[in-house]
Amino acid sequence: MYITVSGNKKEVKNGLTLPELIELENVEMPDYVTVSVNDEFLDADKKAGTVLKDGDNVEFLYFMGGGC
Amino acid sequence: MALTDEQIERYSRHIILKEVGAKGQKKLLNAKVLIIGAGGLGAPAAMYLAAAGVGTIGIADADDVDLSNLQRQIIHSTEDVGKPKVKSARETMERMNPGVKVNTYHMFVDAANIRELIREYDFIIDGTDNFPAKFLINDACVLEKKPFSHAGIIRFKGQLMTYVPGEGPCYRCVFKEPPPKDAVPTCKQAGVIGAMGGVIGSLQAMEAIKYIIGKGELLTGYLLTYDALTMEFRKVGLPRDTRRCAVCGEHPTITEPVDYELNVCEDKI
Repeated sequence: MYITVSGNKKEVKNGLTLPELIELENVEMPDYVTVSVNDEFLDADKKAGTVLKDGDNVEFLYFMGGGC
Repeated sequence: MALTDEQIERYSRHIILKEVGAKGQKKLLNAKVLIIGAGGLGAPAAMYLAAAGVGTIGIADADDVDLSNLQRQIIHSTEDVGKPKVKSARETMERMNPGVKVNTYHMFVDAANIRELIREYDFIIDGTDNFPAKFLINDACVLEKKPFSHAGIIRFKGQLMTYVPGEGPCYRCVFKEPPPKDAVPTCKQAGVIGAMGGVIGSLQAMEAIKYIIGKGELLTGYLLTYDALTMEFRKVGLPRDTRRCAVCGEHPTITEPVDYELNVCEDKI
């Protein structure tokens, strides 16, 4: 199946879970990343159980606290 | 009030733009923008807003200028080391444009003082360096119905988004609550390329200017991310449903600003 991750379309195995995608994408600090799938923020407790579907659009939004 | 000859000349490159004109320049001259944090982001934002003729600029920061600030905080110079940042910032802005009124707030902005502080301003710029301050500014702006620009920078990366009351998600819609102490590195721990403040802080000034003149599209509902190493800007659409947000949602549980424990970029920043 194909999903879009951070704006890039890519082929992934059917039934890929979000934790698997987080590992594939080498997401830094996965516990503190905000994930949106198809225009919806995922609650933290939903991250582990989310199975991705063909055509899903996934964004990772990172904390960036600097300004100094 | 009509523009003076001196103002017409000073702001001629604005006035010639059809999106600005004399009308837009007068809006800028009558506008009040507050910058919280006179550091890497606040420095370029303050300088561009002063140069642009934003009539009243507030700048809040409790710190003094440190030698390690000067690699990126271009509003301060070597001779300013040891001075309050707000004083140094005011001096630079007044030298650039004596027509601008600069209000300085040499203090920590906290839950007790923020609502009153932001109340008299039209637009707020978050130039702070820590999550407690970023959530504090967000919540106060939501509660006081003030538009603001969020930004963050670290290493070779930056991000920003704009909140306008009723027009899209707030910072807390995206990031819920501050991460635990030391969970997410700060720019003091991880470093930041100096010009990053220039890129992202200037974009914050741009958002303030567009908001004031009422032209163009703001980053409401978007997080703009910038990676200097890959030279990639991305305008990431944010979910529009704000109903469940703890501060701007339908049933808010946060009804007053909160002081979270200050856990990042302590001491000299």
